Amino acid sequence: MLASAAGLYSYPVVDQHREPSIVSVAANGGNVESFHIKVPMDRIMVGKPDRKKPLPVGLEWPGDQMLQNVHIELFKIRNARDTVIGVAARTTANDSSNEVIDWVLHLPARGSVFVNMSAKPVGGGYRVGELRAGSREFGPLSGSMTERWLPDTSGEDDAPQGRIELVTTFVGVLEPL
Amino acid sequence: MTKYIIALVLGLLVGTAVFAAAIIYNPFGSDRGLSPLSVTGAEVLALNFSAVPSDAIVFTNNGESRVRPFPEKVLQLWEAPIRLTSAMATVLRDARSRTAGIGVKFSSLSEQTKLLEGDALVDSVWYVYLPGRGSLFLEQSENYWTFLREVGLPAYQNSSNNWKGSWLGDLTVGPGALGTARVTGGTGSLQGLQMEAMESLSARAFSAEEGPIAADGRLLIELPAAVDQSEDGLSVD
Repeated sequence: MLASAAGLYSYPVVDQHREPSIVSVAANGGNVESFHIKVPMDRIMVGKPDRKKPLPVGLEWPGDQMLQNVHIELFKIRNARDTVIGVAARTTANDSSNEVIDWVLHLPARGSVFVNMSAKPVGGGYRVGELRAGSREFGPLSGSMTERWLPDTSGEDDAPQGRIELVTTFVGVLEPL
Repeated sequence: MTKYIIALVLGLLVGTAVFAAAIIYNPFGSDRGLSPLSVTGAEVLALNFSAVPSDAIVFTNNGESRVRPFPEKVLQLWEAPIRLTSAMATVLRDARSRTAGIGVKFSSLSEQTKLLEGDALVDSVWYVYLPGRGSLFLEQSENYWTFLREVGLPAYQNSSNNWKGSWLGDLTVGPGALGTARVTGGTGSLQGLQMEAMESLSARAFSAEEGPIAADGRLLIELPAAVDQSEDGLSVD
């Protein structure tokens, strides 16, 4: 019984695989990290009404009228080394009052972030968003994220159509001395 | 000499079996009893969903788990960093079973899991979009130990690998001080609000081979006083 207890205590039941974070320091403070999504390879779901070719095959988007203006996509996300490190959801919706563009990035070994994007893109095709909330490692952080679409220009046969580039700039909260 | 080796092996086996039984049937295990939100005086938003993967819009995992991805040809999460993760998109309904919105849940097995202490933990987040109301983000730790002990294990022990009955329990155990989930409003009338929530599960049938057969989940979100007045009947409890 002691051997079983010692084994259960010392051996981790769950051990999430970790990829080294690739972080650079922003000039005015904060950590910058880049993620990307290869389209269409990393698309898990394209949820929108009246899509002729549902993704995945067999998907039935709910027919409720109130969800007709809601569009949700699920993706795998990759780090700067092109390794899949998490999953993400991008939601766009058009309410009578405002346009919603939200991202949730989920990195199993680290935590999750929730970002509200500005509906209007800025120069260079970027859209900028604000970190609203984070879990675990990202819980005490604040900052922003940019998204932009980069079409593939390589011309290779097996190349993706393009990629969605996400760049986060997060800052820790100052703690009193 | 041989008899000592046999005695040692038998002793180890019996000790391990007794230890496993003590862990599973530990009367001091984590049974949290009453949900903190069940005694709140504040307005509570109830969002119901089916906990059966094939009832979801999409459910995916590593493809090797007992619970199969749905639809069948959905991309699977087989890469090492996401192998212990599942993703689900589902319709959320109010207490009158009307469509209230849509939810996306990402769940990963937690490295904080300690079976010795009755903790089978899952780190999960919800993204919820409620048309006309806005979006919110919910982060939580869930403990499936009681569910596994009272539903999963009996299903394995049953000769037909099935469990039928009635099981209702709260899954959320943190990160809030009272064991509640932390909720942040994103857009619309929920923008900027900080709230608390609980996720619960009601199971009626479970298969050891396929996972949940008949089960419903529920998110209870405690609303701040400023947004208690519901115009659409969503706040019900």
